[in-house]
Amino acid sequence: MGTTIVRRWMLRAAAVSTAVSAVVLHAGGSGALAAEPIRIGAVLSVTGSAAFLGDPEAKTLKIYVDEINRKGGLLGRPVQLVLYDDGGDANKARTFATRLVGDNKVIAMVGGTGTGTTLAMMPVFEEAEIPFVSLAGGIEIVEPARPFVFKTPHTDKTACQKVFEDMKLRGFTKIALISGTDGFGKSMRNQCLKVTGDYGISILADESYGPADADMTPQLNKIKNTAGVQAVLNPGFGQGPAIVTRNYAQLGISLPFYQSHGVASKSFIELAGSAAEGVRLPAPALLVADKLAPEDKQKAVVSEYKKTYETATGQPVSTFGGYAFDGIQLLVKAIERAKSVDPRAIRDELEATRDYVGVTGIYTMAPNDHLGLGAESFRMLEIKGGEWVPAAQPR
Amino acid sequence: MMLAAAFTSRRGTLLLLVAVMLLVPLVAPSSFYLRVAALVWIFALAALGLTIVMGYAGQVSLGHAGFLGIGAYAVAIGPRHLALDPLLSLALGALLCGLVAYLVGKPILKLKGYYLAIATLGFGLIVALVLASESAVTGGPDGMPVARLSLFGWRVTGALTWYWVTAGALLLGALLALNVEASPTGRALRALHDSEIAAAGAGVDVASKKLAAFVIGAVYAGIAGALLALMNGLITPETAGFMHSIELVAMVIIGGLGSVTGAVVGAAFLVVLPQALTSLQEYEQAVLGLLIMVFMIFLPSGIVPTLRRLVLERAS
Repeated sequence: MGTTIVRRWMLRAAAVSTAVSAVVLHAGGSGALAAEPIRIGAVLSVTGSAAFLGDPEAKTLKIYVDEINRKGGLLGRPVQLVLYDDGGDANKARTFATRLVGDNKVIAMVGGTGTGTTLAMMPVFEEAEIPFVSLAGGIEIVEPARPFVFKTPHTDKTACQKVFEDMKLRGFTKIALISGTDGFGKSMRNQCLKVTGDYGISILADESYGPADADMTPQLNKIKNTAGVQAVLNPGFGQGPAIVTRNYAQLGISLPFYQSHGVASKSFIELAGSAAEGVRLPAPALLVADKLAPEDKQKAVVSEYKKTYETATGQPVSTFGGYAFDGIQLLVKAIERAKSVDPRAIRDELEATRDYVGVTGIYTMAPNDHLGLGAESFRMLEIKGGEWVPAAQPR
Repeated sequence: MMLAAAFTSRRGTLLLLVAVMLLVPLVAPSSFYLRVAALVWIFALAALGLTIVMGYAGQVSLGHAGFLGIGAYAVAIGPRHLALDPLLSLALGALLCGLVAYLVGKPILKLKGYYLAIATLGFGLIVALVLASESAVTGGPDGMPVARLSLFGWRVTGALTWYWVTAGALLLGALLALNVEASPTGRALRALHDSEIAAAGAGVDVASKKLAAFVIGAVYAGIAGALLALMNGLITPETAGFMHSIELVAMVIIGGLGSVTGAVVGAAFLVVLPQALTSLQEYEQAVLGLLIMVFMIFLPSGIVPTLRRLVLERAS
């Protein structure tokens, strides 16, 4: 009797698993298309703690691959996006990378949401000699430049350069830093210290605060009482910079105040309230898409992306999706120029990218520069009346 | 008869494992399949450790990935900051896991039932937190690179090489676990699994046997973590994360509590299935969860014990 019950259970389990594998097979076999599709791989953190980055990236890639296919494909062939979700886990990302290379036979790859997952996948693509355009921020992805690895997001260094450029134009050479000790704040502080010399800037005070601190008045008081400081910069991410901004106003410090691209979100303005008035920050053009001057080179592509993404998803556009837009466009343009799907030829054309006007900035790559973005990819914004506006040009 | 032997004798289990290990490279069409198989061997090794803790001694550990993380970071930090040989770092990492398990286990294993689960849960969370925040040493949330392993001047790289290295490690681990099972310690552990009071009454030193199981299980996980880090060449704090701890527990339970083959089957189930389900895209997680539920409802004692019962009934 026991056996029959077990057998019946086994049969039922078998039925369920057959049904499941039928679904798998059905979903796997995409519609029959005339020509052999060009396969482009993507491994993104669509779920997990980095989902707020990976989700808009995945949506953007799907929207634009569909668009390419609607317009007749690439080199007369349809494009197939092979997308995997690593859930933010570097080990899973590495497995999917080997799968893309060994099993799916992709000719190029866009993706890698985080720096950790990108670093885990890089050796796979370097070894297979397949171009890999990462969407992660870390500067170690492209420094030193590896033959097959590229990336689209600007780095902390670019943000520092933009801020220092603005300071130099306004004649500020003696400044104070107050940075968060979290990953973002620390990394940006280090990058900033490396480039101060290029702009003749000296740091008179270098304060820091923990990611969970609720009051930064002691550090700010120290800066206030340091003689000769002309401007203050706050590299930080999350709620820390909002508290610093509020304390800054409470102490009545009248020095010009610079925030980083880490606070380029509406929630910063909400948290800091009226204290955010007059704060300057470097940010991508996408944030002020509707306020760009008509002659602005990026205006057309930025508004087009914003419109397409917002109509297709019904969600507000984010800079992270913009990284994916630039990644797929850079790749598609390289394939068109190469007139071939040979990974080596695509790599050569990616490296030869000149003046590609994207959502994030204007890219010009070089053998030792696989990012290709300068400080001009950031706009200096100022917060006025609870909104971002392009900062007035200093003279 | 052969099948029955695979389930009942130690030699049968090992022979079955060796046969599968020899077969996989012959049928694997690309290095991707070898990598997935190598991951199965690595996670099976960690699950084996947990089998000794949960299956033999009956103690629930919800922080076992913490030891995975300690072992992994040992082979990353040793060569980088202390100029140690990777192989020596692996041994020291395993030793450290054993030591930490001893220090943590001594007070924790006095607790019973849910308290032990919560205490080990806390331990795992602390390890993951330290690894993510001590960025000067561990590289922070983005992780850190791991130096390549070289044995006597021979660099260990390539999917097939790692397949054999991990398969060898698992085989060794399985051999040891089977011997522990059959040793007086194994019998004592099973006795206290069934009833601690009865075991104590029969003269088993309950506290020290539980501690021994916990230490052995931690060393297994540490070595598995080190192999994972060396194979990937990069390690991130998620390795020690809570989700990995749960995954290990799920492997042990789905495969079959207390069985060496069960740990391997459970690891294979949870490593291979997500790869097979990727074409479902956003439904992947839901179907994975559903399949686990289906298996737990229809095979409550796990895959291997159920199969074993069926095979033995047929043979008799």
